[in-house]
Amino acid sequence: MSINIFLSIIVTSLATYSSRFLGVVSSVKVKETSKIFSWFNCIAYATLAALIARTIIFPAGILSEASYLSRFLVVFFSLSIFFLTKKNFVYPTILSAFMMAITNNFL
Amino acid sequence: MIKKEFFLKGYKSILKADSPAIALGCCFIAIGALLKNIGFNINESVFSTMIIYALPGSLVMAESILVGASLLSIFISVWFVNVRLYPMAVSLFPLMMDEGQPKWKYYLSCHFIAVSAWLIMKSNYEQIEKKDRVDFWIGIGTATWSVSIAATILGFYLADYLNKDMLMGLAILNPIYFTCMMVGSMKSIKISLSIILGAILGPIFYFISPEWSILLGGLVAGTISYLIGKKEKINVN
Repeated sequence: MSINIFLSIIVTSLATYSSRFLGVVSSVKVKETSKIFSWFNCIAYATLAALIARTIIFPAGILSEASYLSRFLVVFFSLSIFFLTKKNFVYPTILSAFMMAITNNFL
Repeated sequence: MIKKEFFLKGYKSILKADSPAIALGCCFIAIGALLKNIGFNINESVFSTMIIYALPGSLVMAESILVGASLLSIFISVWFVNVRLYPMAVSLFPLMMDEGQPKWKYYLSCHFIAVSAWLIMKSNYEQIEKKDRVDFWIGIGTATWSVSIAATILGFYLADYLNKDMLMGLAILNPIYFTCMMVGSMKSIKISLSIILGAILGPIFYFISPEWSILLGGLVAGTISYLIGKKEKINVN
């Protein structure tokens, strides 16, 4: 294992674990019926929604090579399939990969 | 020690028909292929998934290595991307805190906090008594973690056979799966508003500060939704 890659992995792991660990330490004094728990619950859902929206609108990695139109079309069709299949998670997820590959070649 | 019954119940939650295992696995296949392409060997790829276990963090690390960033810069960038795990932990661990359980279970199992395991736990915790929830959570976490490790190995060895279209298809799976899961979680005004406002404000804040956009978007959207939800509850009562 080269030293640079090994150290990069360790540093990334520490940066990730610190947030998880601090979250658990803070949880000790938080009751599930408290206002602060309810507030953090809203923040957690909103943060995840922000992360997902950013991944689709301003992606990093290979997705950034796909056009905005193709990404939005895939999201739109996937959500349509999700509702048409009575909120089944698997169909839209699997089909989205095929839709992405196809729309990327035509749009 | 960990109660086998609840651990297995949690572990088996990824075998359900609407399990995140497929989406999660596909995303880590893409990560495995990416890590091979930037020069990781198989040991490094597996080791990174095992001890990082957070997709955005791994992506940031890979991009930083590619541009030759310093270790300090990697730490700060990853911390910004993964600081969202803090509110996720605070909104999950109070649900399973029990005085009869040893602390090490909580400190070790917090490593499993990731979107997929968090959403599975949030949808199922009410079926389990509070004193046994941490064992159930360790089962869920171990299952999603093992899928990620197996998929990284698969992705590493498939890297030479995956073309650009296939990698793009794999990369969209996770955001789509999480979008559907989030839409499926919209069962109260507070949560629905949090998700809608977060999805709007996150990208808007990106224009102000790309590093802080997720956290700021989440904080502002979550606080507005909490206050509106609270007001709504008072009006109903």
